This record gives sequence, structure tokens and C-alpha cells, in this order.
Amino acid sequence: MSVNRKDIENIAHLARLSLREEEVAGYVETLGNILDMVGQLDRAETGGIEPMAHPLAGLAQRLRADEVTEADRHGLYQQNAPRVEAGLYIVPRVIE
Amino acid sequence: MSAPLHARGLAALAAGLAKREFSSVELTRHLLGRLEAAQPQLNAMVSITGEAALAAAARADGALASGKAGPLTGLPIVHKDIFCTEGVRTTCGSRMLDSFVSPYDATVVANLKAAGTVMLGKANMDEFAMGSSNETSWFGPVKNPWNPAMVPGGSSGGSAAVVGARLAPAATATDTGGSIRQPAALTGVTGLKPTYGRVSRYGMIAFASSLDQAGVIAPSAEDCAMLLGAMAGFDPRDSTSVDAPVPDYTAALATGVKGLRIGIVKEFFDKGLDAQNGERLRAAFAEFEKLGATLVDVSLPNVGLSVPTYYVVAPAECSSNLARFDGVRFGHRCEDPKDLLDLYKRSRGEGFGAEVKRRIMTGTYVLSAGYYDAYYLKAQRVRQLISADFSRAFERVDVLMGPTSPTPAFELGAKTADPVTMYLNDIYTIGANLAGVPALSVPCGFVDDLPVGLQLIGPHFSEGKLLAAAHAFQQATDWHTRIPKVWQ
Amino acid sequence: MNWETVIGLEIHAQLSTKSKIFSGSATAYGAAPNAQANLVDLGYPGVLPVLNGEAVRMAVSFGLAVQAEIAPRSVFARKNYFYPDLPKGYQISQYELPVVGKGALDIVLEDGTRKRIGITRAHLEEDAGKSMHEGLAGASAIDLNRAGTPLVEIVSEPDMRSAKEAVAYMKKVHTLVRYLGICDGNMQEGSFRCDANVSVRPQGSDRFGTRAEIKNLNSFRFVEKAINYEVARQIELLEGGGKVVQETRLYDPDKGETRSMRSKEEANDYRYFPDPDLLPLEIDAAFLAAVRAALPELPDAKAARFVAHYGLSEYDAGVLTASRELAAYYEEVVQRLGGEPKLAANWVTGDLAAFLNRDSLEIGDSRVGAAQLAGLVGRIADQTISGKIAKDVFEAMWASGHDADAIIEGKGLRQITDSGAIERAIDEVMARNPGQLAEYRAGKDKLFGFFVGQAMKATQGKANPAQLNDLLKRKLAGP
Repeated sequence: MSVNRKDIENIAHLARLSLREEEVAGYVETLGNILDMVGQLDRAETGGIEPMAHPLAGLAQRLRADEVTEADRHGLYQQNAPRVEAGLYIVPRVIE
Repeated sequence: MSAPLHARGLAALAAGLAKREFSSVELTRHLLGRLEAAQPQLNAMVSITGEAALAAAARADGALASGKAGPLTGLPIVHKDIFCTEGVRTTCGSRMLDSFVSPYDATVVANLKAAGTVMLGKANMDEFAMGSSNETSWFGPVKNPWNPAMVPGGSSGGSAAVVGARLAPAATATDTGGSIRQPAALTGVTGLKPTYGRVSRYGMIAFASSLDQAGVIAPSAEDCAMLLGAMAGFDPRDSTSVDAPVPDYTAALATGVKGLRIGIVKEFFDKGLDAQNGERLRAAFAEFEKLGATLVDVSLPNVGLSVPTYYVVAPAECSSNLARFDGVRFGHRCEDPKDLLDLYKRSRGEGFGAEVKRRIMTGTYVLSAGYYDAYYLKAQRVRQLISADFSRAFERVDVLMGPTSPTPAFELGAKTADPVTMYLNDIYTIGANLAGVPALSVPCGFVDDLPVGLQLIGPHFSEGKLLAAAHAFQQATDWHTRIPKVWQ
Repeated sequence: MNWETVIGLEIHAQLSTKSKIFSGSATAYGAAPNAQANLVDLGYPGVLPVLNGEAVRMAVSFGLAVQAEIAPRSVFARKNYFYPDLPKGYQISQYELPVVGKGALDIVLEDGTRKRIGITRAHLEEDAGKSMHEGLAGASAIDLNRAGTPLVEIVSEPDMRSAKEAVAYMKKVHTLVRYLGICDGNMQEGSFRCDANVSVRPQGSDRFGTRAEIKNLNSFRFVEKAINYEVARQIELLEGGGKVVQETRLYDPDKGETRSMRSKEEANDYRYFPDPDLLPLEIDAAFLAAVRAALPELPDAKAARFVAHYGLSEYDAGVLTASRELAAYYEEVVQRLGGEPKLAANWVTGDLAAFLNRDSLEIGDSRVGAAQLAGLVGRIADQTISGKIAKDVFEAMWASGHDADAIIEGKGLRQITDSGAIERAIDEVMARNPGQLAEYRAGKDKLFGFFVGQAMKATQGKANPAQLNDLLKRKLAGP
């Protein structure tokens, strides 16, 4: 399975990653190699096999009681924020 | 003359603290000194939190004096920098989190804090735990204490190097595809990846949620048992945490291996395995036989597909897990974004290193429209087959054994050019993550003055059995007591 | 060409749990910015979701109320996209395996006929935060208080054929979720909102046209207007030889039109996959039985009972069962009266509804309680006052909060049923208006109304109307 520059650019866009021009060629090669290696999966006969999403087969989701356990700590949590004003996170304008 | 403090295991240190032979402050100060001194050579730490460590040690001494101490009170440890630590920088080895200070403790950290351990600092690691050589860290590579030209393995390279050089008696670590066992093998120490769900993942920065598991790295199985007992257990904050009692792993050590049926995994002795490495393993098997265990040949027919399966599942989950790093609420934000898209792309493009970006893109690709079935679902099905191989094997044997890593430690830079070559380092370790079973690596000899690891894999929740087998081996051998000359 | 409109709705109902779907943060509306966004809601590194059992119970109760299949095993998935109001870069939702499967509910059309609207599925998911743009040059401000609020998304089949049907369906779902107590239905606060998928096709065609999705409609009026605008736009486009583009559109209530939302278009490869942080949600028979046992009487069943038991029209029964509180109010009035269900219904759907509407009050905040209204209706029934006087009494009750009897006594409004007194009043009126009397007797029947008015006025409106009519007829006819 090979990928081209366009594929890399599309994936990088979908994943919101800026790539420098010179990085793109490297990713064309290495992602192509990885996908080739991953292509070995085609060797496996998986007809009728259930996909395995969790290593804990047979366990079900636990349910939490509907209780408010959290206090307002936005001041602390926003200490890591690059830009905050009046308790709000600020980003370049969202166009709708 | 008794051994220097840093050369003693956790149990011996605990005994010394209990007898007031030395104080936790003395021990902590001694180890902090070693950590600081080793930093230029090994680069094993991202942060050394001396002041807080000494304060915690003083509190521990108080508890010890007043008889309120537990078995781990006052024992210094190092946390892999993937665990969130309240009020302490938590970087995950990434520029993205270079200045991130966690407002909360991971459950593992909280449990070990409650047990009275003293955190010395945060260990270096591959960026977001993605790597097998500790060369992807934003903070530079960690060096192998046995030979600084060599890698310590990864992603828990800092944890392994710290223990290998006896800068701390134990370290926490995480294992998604071998990240505890492989560096433990390459640095000559013992590393345990528990059963998926045994240890809480809350507060452990996620790489691949269905594979990640926290564990321990320490010189001996006995040390691992002590630490695991304190960090494991049900956590209501983690939906995938299993609500099962934590056995007394230390008590389980005495079980021995008499009558133990050991399956030797045929597929692990392939052409990729270094021949001398293989010899050390066979010698170890013979030792187990001598101790009363039985060897059985076992086949895991699909385990050869572990690496391709993993490199679909893990990147897929990582591509989603790392989407939260967007420069809005925490983490790196680019200078002067011209619009929202620019903010996202540059913050992430600058904040993540090359390997992390590669995995995010691989994961994005395999989940994207038109490829989901062919890659992601296919991999999930093969994962089922691999998992079934393990279940079938455990109907016949108690534990499986094989190599931890194909070769001893390799040179820095040797495998960075070709990711696929690097990925193959984890060929023997990934299976246990896919199946969610516990696995452990113990030192079993040397090749060209570099340590070799033996891997033990057990069925779900058989940590006690694995630790007992490793302990029996370590009672009969002294590989785990070897310390690199410069660090003695 | 004749065009047929095809509409399907995706309704988002916020579940009225105390805490969020995956964290212990409060869900209250109107808190200070980000005061209710904790580590899990913010998507902090290392945090994990744990499912709120109450949200599950609420979704299941909705499923049971629309006779839907409840999945014994459903799965949470991640919907991946980047947006500042989506902290984790993915929304936890249910994709391939939702908790509620196929169901249906009936709506009543304008001509009184019933129509069944299919429900494709309903699934649990988390709400996103809010972006604000006002007063910020080139920037947006993000409040994540709403992030992680539990939602049930109810997806209908494309079964509606007009904006009116869509509104009727949405109102029906609105009624239902409020009956079930799983959503406060507050549309202004965004607790209940919908996306409308709208397309048109030539009458008689069995293929669907290309649809546009109108996002985030938060009032019944907007739903109707937006759909009507969109239908007209699509028809105009098609008749002009153009093509409808499949896209997301936004309704602008100020301009009364929909416009394309290009920003949401490009990133529509959501890369859904099962969320590895959550295990499959399993619903066993015991859970299902407990939810079923706790279900209240639902609107359709209640309306049918009102028709059968109280002899109401389907229309009145429908109005009275539009909310659980209104139905309860009505039943309390009837119960206190010990009868008169139709008269009570007229008052509840008439004057009471009008006053509530005038003052923008909910039934729970009515200034005249059920017991008070029963007191008033009782006085009409026992002929203490006329229906007309009762309207004045009601207004006085509304204004003062006093009971009917106090007002009737205080203002001397008790009805005059003494025929002697009424006759005296009639005599007076006849004496005062000899001209009109002569005209009436000469055959100008229309003047009867004039005499009724005058006589009523003479009794300050207190004369029993039927009695007054009878006596007046007799007297006007002459000796």
C-alpha cells in the first residue's frame, strides 16, 4: 500500500498537523512502509471472527450514581491555558 | 560491611527504615545526589523534585517514628513522566506539555503517595510513550547505564535507566507494546506489566487506551511485588479498571516453581532472535527445570501478526487520544495564529515530534472513510485470534516463556531512520498487550556486557504466579543483582 | 410540477440529570463561565469517562415510551473532529449500536387524523460547550460548562411531509420527554433542540431528493419557518434548473432564511470507532423491568382515558394532556368538583389558558390554583353565578389571589334567580323604552337583543340568563 504526497497532506489536514515541506517526503516513505507491514494482516483468515475492542472480554460498563462530586476549580484548571479572559478560553474567531 | 543504600532492594531498605538504621531523609538525600550526578551522563530524568522529596521523606520519618508507617513508608521512587502529578510538571516527554503542571494526581501516584512512598522526580520517556529506544523524547535520549553509547530501550527508558544505575530502588512505568519489559531487559532489571485493568489508568496520559497498562520496574521480582501491591486495585474513575481484590503479591513469592508447567513459545525463537540471546534464554529454561518446572513446547500460531495488528490498533487509538492537545486549554500553542485552523495545525505540528506525528497520521489513515474495515476492523479481528492463541496455550501451561527483546541494547541512532525496523523490537512483547495478559521480564545473562531479558507471560490476573516464578529464578541466579561498574 | 416535501428530524434532548454523563460536574444552567467544567469535561490529559447510570435510565425510559427495541448491548463510539467547543477532539456518542432502536409515535394532523412517525433510533451522547463571538475582535470565547451534559439524540424516519407535521412531531416528543421527566424541555436554554433534514421530490416519486440539514433549531416557530423557507428555496432552485447540494445550513431568525455553513462541511470524515475507555453498555431484564415499572401514564394513554372517562372531545383531551402538570391540574379540578368534567375542561383550556399565556406563566405558576378554579366552576354549576359573571370573577381571582366565593360575596355578584326581581327590572326597561317596545311588537324581532342587554344592565348582569330570556319573551309579547 503506497501513499503519495496528496494522501499525506490530506491526512495531516484531517489530523490538524502542519508539516514542513521537507517532512512530507519522509512521511510518504515511512507511512508507505508501515502500511506495507500492516498489509501482512491480509494473510490472516478472519471470517466469522468478532472484532476485539477490549482485552476485558465479557465485562460490561459500570454505571456511576448521578451525584455532583466536583467543585468549581476553573481558576486552577486554567493555569495551564495559553489564553483566558474572564474565565473563558480564547481562540481565533470561530466562523459559522 | 553492608551494601551501600542504593544497592539495596526495596525490602532491605524498608527493613533498614523500620529499624531506624537510616532515615528516609538520609536515603532520599543520597539518591537525589546520585540522580543529579547521573543526569549529564544518562539524562534519565525530566524533573528532579528534591525539595518536595525531602519534605515527603521528613513526613515519612515522622510516620516511622510514631509507628504509623506502612511497608512502603519512606521508600523513594521515581514516576515515569506519563503519570500526572499534582503541582508538578508532567511532560509525557513532549514539547506539547513542556510547561504543563498537572492539577491532579494519577491514581497510581495517589496510591503510592498514600502508601508513604517518596517521589524523587519524573523519569524521561519516549514522547507520549511512542518509541522503543527513548530517542523520541523532547528532552533528549536516555542513555543505557551499561554503555552510554547504547539505548536503554523504551518507552520507559528513564525508569529503566534509573533503576539499572541504582539511582532509585524502583520506578513506575507503563507498557503499551513492551514499554516496561523491553527497557527492563535492556538495562538488566525486572519489569512487570500487569493484566489490563489491574492498575488504574486514571491520570496516566493515554497513548492507546485498550493496550496501556501501568506497572513497575525494579531490580528484583520481590521489589516489584511490594510496589505492585500498593499501586494496583479497583478505581471507580477508570471504567476499564477491574473490581477484583489485590492479592498479597509478596506472600505469593514463596510459591516457587515446583510442578510449574512452562510453555516455550515456538514462534519466539525465529530468525530475528539474536543467537547469543537465545543461548542465554535456554540456559534460563534449564535453570527453571532444575528448580522443578516442566518445559512444554507451545505454539501461538497468530502471534507473528502482533506487530502489524498493533500498528493499526495503537495508532488508531492514539490519533484520537492526542486530539485533545489543540493549544486551547493546555499545552503548547503556536505564536500568533492567524486563524483557528492555523492555531490547531501549528500548535500540534510544533508540539509533537516526528514519531508522534507519524503515529497520529497512521491512525488517522486507518480510521478514515474507506479504510476502516480493511485496516481497523481487520486488526481487531486478528487481535481476537492472537488473544485466543494465548487462551488456548494457558489451557495447557501455567506460564509462557520466551525472549523479551530480539537483541540486547543497540546503539543510539541505529534504528531511527526506519520506523518499521524500530517497531520490530517489540515483536515478542506486543502479544501480551493485545491479549491483555500480564508479562514480566527478568535479567537472565549478558551478551557482550549488555543484559539479556527473559520474558514470562501468564494468564489474566496471574501476576502472583509470574512474580513467584521470577523470584524463584532470582533466588537461584544473581543476574538481577549485577550493577554497571560505574554506578556501583 | 408538484413537489412533495420530505422531512426527518434529529432531536437533541438534554437529560435532566444532576451530574454530567461522564463526570461528576453539575449540569445546572447559567453558571459562571467554565465553573462547571472539571478535568474530565475539559479533556485534561489522563482523565477517563465513567457513565452516569441515571442518563442510561432516562434514555431507556424514552425508548420504552415509544415502543422501541432496547438494545441489550450498546456501544459508545468516538466521533472525531476538531472544534473549540469539543475539548477532547472527539464526541463520545453511540454510532453502530445505539441503546434505543426502532420505535414510533403518533401525531394528530390538523384535520384530526392520526399519523404514525417512525423513530429510527435514539442514542446517548455528550453535549459540546459553547462558543461566543460578541464583543471580541477576531476572537471567540469558549465556555465548556455545557460540555458533557447528557443528551439523547432522537432520530426520526423521513416520515414528515410538511413543516406543520414536523412541528407536530417535535411537540409530541417535547411532551413525551417532559412527561417522562427526563428533559426540562426548555428550548430557550437549548435543552431541547433539533436538526431538520429537508428535501423535496416530484409528487409521486419514490426516490428521495438531495437533502439539506438545518442545524440547531431551538423553537417550534423557527422549525416551521426554517423548513418552509428551505422547501421554497429548494423548489426554486430545482425549477430554475439547479441542483440541491447536500450540506449543513443555519437558520437566521432575523432574516428568516437559511444559509450554508461551509465551516462545518470540510471535516466530515468523523473516523468513528468504539471508545476504548468505555466498555459495552449492557441492559438486562431487571434494569428494563425497573424502568418500565416506573414509567408514568403517557400522553396518548391519558388523552384516551380523558375521552373515555370524562367524555371530552379528542381535541380537548389532547390540549389537556399536553403536559403532565396541566393534566394533573385539570384532574384535580374535576376531582374537587366531583363532576362537571366538560365545564372544567372549558375553563382550563379557555380562560385559564388565556391568562397563563398572557402572563407567560407555566401551569405550575398559575395564579389561580386547581382548588380555586374548582370553587369557581362549582358556583357556575350550582347557578350561584352565570358563566359571564364567572369570567369577571376569574379575572378578579387572578389579580387578587382570592377565592371565588370571597369575590362573589364581596362584590355582590350572586346571580338573581328570584323571578319577581327580574320581572321588576324588565318592567322598568319596558317603561323606559316605549318606542322600541312598539317597534318590537310591530314585528322588529331583532330588538330582542336590545332588551336582553338593557335588562341585564339593570340587574348589573346578575340575572340568571335563561330565566331572564323566558320572562322577557313573555312580557314583550304583551299581555
